[in-house]
Amino acid sequence: MRYLPLTEADRRQMLGVIGTKSVDDLFRDVPAAARLTTLIDLPMHAGEIEVERQMARLAARNVSAGSVPFFCGAGAYRHHVPASVDHLIQRSEYLTSYTPYQPEIAQGTLQYLFEFQTQICMLTGMEVANASMYDGSTGTAEAVLMAARVTGRKRVVLSRQLHPQYAETVRTTCEMADIEVVDGDAATLDDKTACFVVQNPDFYGSIADITPLSDAAHAKGALLIAVVTEIVSLGAITPPGEMGADIVVGEGQSIGNALNFGGPYLGILATRQKFLRQMPGRLAGETVDAEGRRGFVLTLSTREQHIRREKATSNICTNSGLCVLAFTIHLSLLGEDGFRRLAALNHDRAVLAADRLSKVKGVELVTPTFFNEFTLKLSKPAAAVVDTLAGQGIIAGVPVSRLKPNDPAAANLLLVAVTETVTPSDIDALAGALAKVL
Amino acid sequence: MMNKQGRPTAATGGDTAGFTTISGHSGLDHEEKLIFELGRTGKCGVDLPEPELKHDRLGGLRRRGTIGLPGLSEPEVVRHFVRLSRKNYAIDSGFYPLGSCTMKHNPRLNEKMARLAGFADIHPLQPVSTVQGALALIDQLAHWLKLLTNMPAVAMSPKAGAHGELCGLMAIKAAHEARGDRRTVVLVPESAHGTNPATAALVGYTVEEVPANERGRVDLEALKAKLGPHVAAIMLTNPNTCGLFENDMIEISKAVHAAGAYFYCDGANFNAIVGRVRPGDLGIDAMHINLHKTFSTPHGGGGPGSGPVVLSAALAPFAPLPLVVHGKDGFQLVEDPATAKAHDAQPYGRMSAFHGQMGMFTRAMAYMLSHGADGLHTAAGDAVLNANYVLASLKDVMTAPFGATGPCMHEALFDDSFLKDTGVTTLDIAKAMIDEGYHPMTMYFPLVVHGAMLIEPTETESKFALDEFIRVMKGLATAAKSGDKARFEGAPHLAPRRRLDETAAARKPVLRWIPSAPRAEAAE
Repeated sequence: MRYLPLTEADRRQMLGVIGTKSVDDLFRDVPAAARLTTLIDLPMHAGEIEVERQMARLAARNVSAGSVPFFCGAGAYRHHVPASVDHLIQRSEYLTSYTPYQPEIAQGTLQYLFEFQTQICMLTGMEVANASMYDGSTGTAEAVLMAARVTGRKRVVLSRQLHPQYAETVRTTCEMADIEVVDGDAATLDDKTACFVVQNPDFYGSIADITPLSDAAHAKGALLIAVVTEIVSLGAITPPGEMGADIVVGEGQSIGNALNFGGPYLGILATRQKFLRQMPGRLAGETVDAEGRRGFVLTLSTREQHIRREKATSNICTNSGLCVLAFTIHLSLLGEDGFRRLAALNHDRAVLAADRLSKVKGVELVTPTFFNEFTLKLSKPAAAVVDTLAGQGIIAGVPVSRLKPNDPAAANLLLVAVTETVTPSDIDALAGALAKVL
Repeated sequence: MMNKQGRPTAATGGDTAGFTTISGHSGLDHEEKLIFELGRTGKCGVDLPEPELKHDRLGGLRRRGTIGLPGLSEPEVVRHFVRLSRKNYAIDSGFYPLGSCTMKHNPRLNEKMARLAGFADIHPLQPVSTVQGALALIDQLAHWLKLLTNMPAVAMSPKAGAHGELCGLMAIKAAHEARGDRRTVVLVPESAHGTNPATAALVGYTVEEVPANERGRVDLEALKAKLGPHVAAIMLTNPNTCGLFENDMIEISKAVHAAGAYFYCDGANFNAIVGRVRPGDLGIDAMHINLHKTFSTPHGGGGPGSGPVVLSAALAPFAPLPLVVHGKDGFQLVEDPATAKAHDAQPYGRMSAFHGQMGMFTRAMAYMLSHGADGLHTAAGDAVLNANYVLASLKDVMTAPFGATGPCMHEALFDDSFLKDTGVTTLDIAKAMIDEGYHPMTMYFPLVVHGAMLIEPTETESKFALDEFIRVMKGLATAAKSGDKARFEGAPHLAPRRRLDETAAARKPVLRWIPSAPRAEAAE
């Protein structure tokens, strides 16, 4: 087996040093009844040729986004990732290193985490950011728990325009932690409320000034948590930090990371300096070494489970290191000008698509403001339309009913995302196909 | 001045070298500024079409002012991240015996497979008819995990080990509550990973510790004394964090079940027994499997991981959404509670948006296909053999607290009693290992052993690599005992950085670059 360096002769010699007859004998602490005497019923080992053949067979049964006109978003976006990003993250020193617990030989990882934290602060308009969460949805749940710690309150209000699967993730976490979760709006806030969770652009794509919502939350002593599922939007619209948000969480997949059928992604979490010690997750900080040279370490770990155990701010350990690296490299390549241009290009294409599609009979644009994703109301149930168009080689978007199956008002709504990878001819193809089925 | 590896010993100033370069670099080791200190306005590493920007629909919320991101061309960005990479230790460049972390070889075939467009370029919410291959892969991986553990169900969506623990404890809480049984306590051994008590607390349980016996295992009688109608579950790592198999697993399981509690097994060390012992045969109710340990998906400098959780028949109905099921038109995804009910499931909720870490599933599948049943069996055996070889070779020069109790599993635990009166600490040994070209072992964990040093060689190290390592560790132990403190004080001498001031970092946290901040000065 190509990954196993020991030879039979090595094994015999090593057993001699140990003073044991066989490898099986090393498992003698296992109760006899639980020691397997036969192999598990799986295929036998295979070489690269055979593994590639089997994996390619499975991959071929999927329609990849790049092979068709493609308009899915709803929290995961198909952007172009420069070739150098994927090359760099596959360098051994990044790919095959562990969490940087030995900072003297992990400055590479620690420095890019510090750079990432800075980038996130800049994008969100916040003061401190951590080194990532698993993804946007789990990051939102962590932000809610953080708000409960900060305020000492156990009631949470979720905007009805929050991504439904984010809301479910928050609800599951809170129910287990005995925190009450209510769907509502600014009027639902009361003086027992820990936080108000709002998404911008919201699940349907609409953009709003959330300053009044922040003010409403603060008036009740609650925190405003702003959720951003499309981080490229921050290149075009006012960041939550300038609209009174206390915690900004979101999904960073759009920069540097492929769709990957939903994971792995990277969660972002940023907040005000005054809430620093209630943050979950790892933090890289600047310091100096014994010779006075600048260096970076993981810091404030007395918040974390490996030190504080049951009193930790979270149970999170592993986060999304390599996805963070991809993000940091891609955003470094873009820089100020490139990031702004990317955002503008997304908006441009989305405006083009919204105008073109809303001219189709049976299609109505229901989100007058948007960034790169908008909601259409069709004259027929959207799920069936999407299935029909998929049969014609067009992935038209995400039917809202897939995420809100019990909401009759959602049946005809279609979420359409348009990024820089969508061409005008893709938009024409979608418009033409919709015209035929509606 | 050069050290014996031919590398200059310091970059700028410092007390280890009489040689200072003009550039501040040190041969292949370049000092590298922050990206923000390198960038300039007006440069960009990505060519994009010019937007037309005739009209916007941003509702008057167009972003004003500069964001502050630096501009660099592609070659500048590539050089920056290549230079940074060279400051990292990695499995590919050397032996990485970090106990409990399983730093085994990460096959590049897995990377190649995960990047097939049919896996990497598919969206979690595109029509189910267009992702049948992805669902088939998840279903097959789930089936194999069930076979390897002899457990009837598996929740695939948890995103890391600790997230898997959360999933398992949520299922346990849901199962108790479905019977109207509100229990309050989770038992956790003293030697547990910090994630175990942190997870139990997150789910609203009080944590009570269970002591270990003199053989490094859970004290069965003490455990029995702690059980009662208030105990929801025990969380036990097996093989445990001392690298030992919990021989009383079956008795523990019986006692836990007799008390109406569930048995959560932390599967962080499943790599030691995969293909040789099925945890389901030991009576557990839930166990997460770190795909980034047992099935070699890369650690990536701290993630992403993946932590599917196998579940017993008692917990299976409560598994979180989504579920992959076989339907008349192939695989279906069950994403809402009403549909789940039609499949006789009562999910407690959802762990995250979408369906889990697909990119890790593809890598783990490629690994499992490559190894096969025979390869996995051999891999676990070699992992245990390598650890026992290290233990046998070092226990006379270092001190192994449980060395006399029999073989270890995949990792060898030492304590610091061999350093008594030398003035050298576990930390010093670890930092001296860096100078010798090794990544330190896990230190000061588990907490049940004083000055713990936990060495996990994994099955992908050769006998030659182990012999070299053993020779070096013997040398360091001998040096410590013979009073050669200089070797240890202030080590590492030969790394890109000397010891870093962690106290200063925590006391006055600087967590982001700020344009006007003065450069850090030496803390004398």
